[in-house]
Amino acid sequence: MKLSTSLRFAISAWLLLLVILVMPAGHPALAQDNKAWTEIRSELYGDDRTIHDGSGLLEIEAPDRAQDAALVPISIKSMIGPDDERYIKSLTIVIDENPAPVAGTFHFSRANGIADIATRVRVNAYSTIRAIAEMDDGQLYMAETFVKASGGCAAPATKNNAQAMARLGDMRMRQIGEWEVDQPAEVQLMISHPNFSGLQTDQVTQLWIPSHYVNDLAVSIDGQEILTFEGDISISENPSFNFFVMPQGEGELTARATDTKGNVFEHSWPLRMGSAS
Amino acid sequence: MATGPVSCNDPLMAAHLHRWPPISSFDGMIGQAVRGGESTRRQFVCRSAMLALLSSCCPSSSAALARQSDLPFQEIEDGIHVRYGLQEAMTADNHGAIANIGFIIGDESVAVVDTGTTYAQGESLMAAVRHVTDKPVSHVIATHVHLDHCFGHGAFEDAAPVFIGHHRLPGALSERGDFYLEQIKTLSLDGAETRVVQPGFLVDDAAEIDVGGRKLLLKAWPAAHTDNDLTVFDTRTGLLWAGDLLFVDRIPIVDGSINGWIDVLDELMPGDVSQVMPGHGALGSGREAIEQQKAYLVSLRDGVRAAIADGLDMTEAVAELADLAGPNWLLRDEGHGRNIIAAYAELEWE
Ligand SMILES: [Zn+2]
Repeated sequence: MKLSTSLRFAISAWLLLLVILVMPAGHPALAQDNKAWTEIRSELYGDDRTIHDGSGLLEIEAPDRAQDAALVPISIKSMIGPDDERYIKSLTIVIDENPAPVAGTFHFSRANGIADIATRVRVNAYSTIRAIAEMDDGQLYMAETFVKASGGCAAPATKNNAQAMARLGDMRMRQIGEWEVDQPAEVQLMISHPNFSGLQTDQVTQLWIPSHYVNDLAVSIDGQEILTFEGDISISENPSFNFFVMPQGEGELTARATDTKGNVFEHSWPLRMGSAS
Repeated sequence: MATGPVSCNDPLMAAHLHRWPPISSFDGMIGQAVRGGESTRRQFVCRSAMLALLSSCCPSSSAALARQSDLPFQEIEDGIHVRYGLQEAMTADNHGAIANIGFIIGDESVAVVDTGTTYAQGESLMAAVRHVTDKPVSHVIATHVHLDHCFGHGAFEDAAPVFIGHHRLPGALSERGDFYLEQIKTLSLDGAETRVVQPGFLVDDAAEIDVGGRKLLLKAWPAAHTDNDLTVFDTRTGLLWAGDLLFVDRIPIVDGSINGWIDVLDELMPGDVSQVMPGHGALGSGREAIEQQKAYLVSLRDGVRAAIADGLDMTEAVAELADLAGPNWLLRDEGHGRNIIAAYAELEWE
């Protein structure tokens, strides 16, 4: 069979078009990432604010592959030099491909000493995870990493809803490492909460009720607020947060959490100096 | 029902395929002291052999080849038919057909236990039922929320059976359903009609259904493999369909509660149970498999507790316990790390 030149041209043009169309599909995550991020960025910061490359100032760590989509440990380390007068005012975590991409925002004060954070998030799909720091002078810096989704039956969902509900609002506070006056010291704060991301039926009314999660957290020491957090359903069941404080001696740490049903949970713990477990 | 698989289900084919996978190959695996690789290859050879068989005598072999979800059903006990899932990870190649699914025939009707990962697998199950009986499907039971177990339910909606699940299944399906459907899309070309089917009858603690002279006892368990595990006990044969409360040879996945699961294993097998059908792996007496699974879960719990006591964080615990001694599970790499994470998140609250 012979093809006319024009037909042949038409076919090769089509092939070329096909190649162009198919090419980005080879990197679907990347292509989607950019689109998702463009929208999220615009919503969070508008289109005219510059976001600087955060390398050297900010580092985000997450496993290459999420072992369990429901519990992906991530940590963000700040590396502000001793000569830098600025401090990180807030840190926002974004998981591009999640249904609610903004996992949450931490607001710091100088009383944190170091603006490091560790928590656990749900990751729905192959996704870029970003940490965007806003300095006290208003400048924005971003660090990012890429997490491959877990396979199998893992799902970004609750594992033991009943248990989390049975001790709903229970909190734990752990002092980590050596605690000295005026030296940055690490705290782990845990809240028992399903952070339920689906719909469930109300046992009494039989109506579907929406997601139920911790959306607000405030931490203070001796009445002075040092850290607040606004969160969403991308934070794992039984939310856990590691952060730093600058202890001024023995004192009392108070955490106050609220959830989307308006429940308020508040706990206080004494802070001890010296070697903690 | 699509054309290809139906022709593969004619009586002659059923006779050829009756005992696949051969019980002996599973027996061989139980004794094997290897990690994943070798046994998985052996399984693959079995599967290839079966597909070769299909292609040599089945007129629409290409359709069968394209749809490896059409693994054969076999009658493993009086009126109990099973399609053994492949002991592989879920892939586009195997359409996620990795779990054991099947049905139990009474004097009046049929109860289906799990329907697989896709609508097409549910259709195959329905065809397998129709191949051996004209009795109506009265009940479709989900042993738990996982996508390899109850996402073929849609194929039974026209038959209007009672869909049965654990009382926490609706919440779990609403939380995970869309996510699993997305995964199924990438797993399977025949996933288009796959949908979430919510149970119409919920089991709070225990329930009994009757399929005609054959009572099936259903039990809803506290959080263990998941927080919505349901088992089916056939009073006629003494067979317990354990779902994923029991994994045979393949690494058990903790997606509910490690403490809960260890406790449930002590109660799973009352004296009247004669055989246990696991969610993955071969039918057996259950006792040895339960002991093996429990030993792993206990050593995992001990290891994670020690890591927490030593001040290791979650990531450090995963590294520390990567080589935890234990059974040489198939697909160990797929499950061990995530089990450490799940156990850690639970046990740090003790
Ligand atoms: Zn399962």
